[in-house]
Amino acid sequence: MGIDSASIEKVAPHAAQTLAMNIGPQHPATHGTLRLKVELDGEVIVRCEPEIGFLHTGFEKLGEYRNYNQFVVISDRMNYLSPLNNNIGFAVACEELFGVQVPPRGQYLRVIMAELSRLADHVISIGLQGMDLGAFSVMLWTFIEREKLYDIFEAVTGARLTTSWTRVGGVFRDAPPDFPVLVRGFLAKFPAVLDECECMLSRNRIFMDRCIGVGTLTKEQAVSYGVTGPLLRACGVPYDIRKARPYLCYDQLDFEIPTRPEGDVYARYQVRLAEMRQAIRIIVQALDKLPGGGENKEKLPVSSLDHKVTLPPKDMVYSDMESLIHHFKITMPGHGVIPPQGEVYSCTEAPNGELGFYLVSDGTGLPYRVRVRPPSFYNYATMPKQVTGRMISDAVSVLASLNVIAGELDR
Amino acid sequence: MATDLAALVASLKTRFGDDVLGHTEFRGQFSVGLRRGANLSVLRYLRDEAQFEMLTDVTCVDSLNLPPEMRKEYPERFAVVYQLYSLSANQRLRVKACVPEEPCEIDSVTPLWEAANWGEREAYDMFGVVFKGHPGLKRILMPDNYEGHPLRKDYPLKGRGERDRFPKYTEMPER
Repeated sequence: MGIDSASIEKVAPHAAQTLAMNIGPQHPATHGTLRLKVELDGEVIVRCEPEIGFLHTGFEKLGEYRNYNQFVVISDRMNYLSPLNNNIGFAVACEELFGVQVPPRGQYLRVIMAELSRLADHVISIGLQGMDLGAFSVMLWTFIEREKLYDIFEAVTGARLTTSWTRVGGVFRDAPPDFPVLVRGFLAKFPAVLDECECMLSRNRIFMDRCIGVGTLTKEQAVSYGVTGPLLRACGVPYDIRKARPYLCYDQLDFEIPTRPEGDVYARYQVRLAEMRQAIRIIVQALDKLPGGGENKEKLPVSSLDHKVTLPPKDMVYSDMESLIHHFKITMPGHGVIPPQGEVYSCTEAPNGELGFYLVSDGTGLPYRVRVRPPSFYNYATMPKQVTGRMISDAVSVLASLNVIAGELDR
Repeated sequence: MATDLAALVASLKTRFGDDVLGHTEFRGQFSVGLRRGANLSVLRYLRDEAQFEMLTDVTCVDSLNLPPEMRKEYPERFAVVYQLYSLSANQRLRVKACVPEEPCEIDSVTPLWEAANWGEREAYDMFGVVFKGHPGLKRILMPDNYEGHPLRKDYPLKGRGERDRFPKYTEMPER
């Protein structure tokens, strides 16, 4: 896709008064490869057309040629700010299709990791929002926090970014014994950092001027556009999939859904901040309730014991005929984990909103169709609505608040 | 909740008759099949009367390689799949409108939901289903000059050599 003069001209065929301008695909404010074709009258945006697809990787096509566990690796690469939520979202969808139950310890571990990942996503999102509007130091502080979170992810999953942590029916290994200590150590200091960021931004004159009343969406518009996540909740709709369709063990935990009525960029910032405080609440409760605790002395399972779906323990593979057969069936091409014929649409609450997986199974080891419903895709479609008729600098502010991740936008 | 949905699906059958091809239930999820011409009217009814305010996703399934026992859900080659969600009743419903290979077109639901705009563009890009009445139906993920529709089942995983035929920078038109 080259930058052809024809497409620029198409933006403004009658350009006597107006100026056609490209923002991106390489621009510091786009955080990835996004391109906005805008038509300006002075500094006011008359027309805006987002062009996406620069990071299209064909994940959905690739999914038809990978078995269910192999797709977990691909799901990492979609939202690279919160890969764990993608792992978990896909695993939840598969378990619904297979009809497998994850044991309580696995569920609690997943919830803790999902919420830690939500913290990592939201905190960086707020930092970048500050950076785009000129408050660079907030971004540096939030990056430090994300590094600490990545250290925890590394201890649990073995990787910082490409976690590939879940498997169909559970997770690939138990958390290390010091996991609760690590998380509690982090949580002891994290709220103070949130307060600091809030001090820097929430009453900051420049930040407020550039956020309040910018990019306002009404409730009806947001619902019609299929907007989800913090954006929808900033429009006053208390829709959170963790409450509306409780998956894992979210129904056993006590938390609230923060909403704001305004629907502007500032409201999104406030919702994200409040959501982080709720996430901390969830993590603390889940750590208290974690079956087996950190040590897991009783050796409670983290994955389903249905070894037609999950790999049996290695020592059993070497000593037990049946486990050897299960291991062979799961790992050999052409056998694999076989779901029944049918189709499910399963969604989870990712940091950006509803992350849906629509799986069609034809009863073989490979999915017939993997459809990913990325939150960023439908959130970003509101961009023209939000910026048309506003100053060009507002486009930067709106874009930062959408937290569009090009990897999941283009898949 | 499931009984309500079952009642709703049954009422769709009496209301729209032959336009509703049938329904399936799997893991507690309902999915309703539609004839091609009926998608706009049935979805309008679902949005306005049955309070499915939100269209969470539009996509498409190519049934070319499906095993015969699954074909009755997909009487034609393509099915455009709408995932509906009702905020007020907290219910989900899947609606599948079948589209034949020729003519590969169906009415757009952009008059009902703004979300359909990009969703249908992606379905057109990936499957070649033309949405009639769409305000700006063009490719969204693939380049504008791309040939073929990558998520069709007869499209090979590694492509048809587009990568080699991609215009080089020097061959681009002068700016």
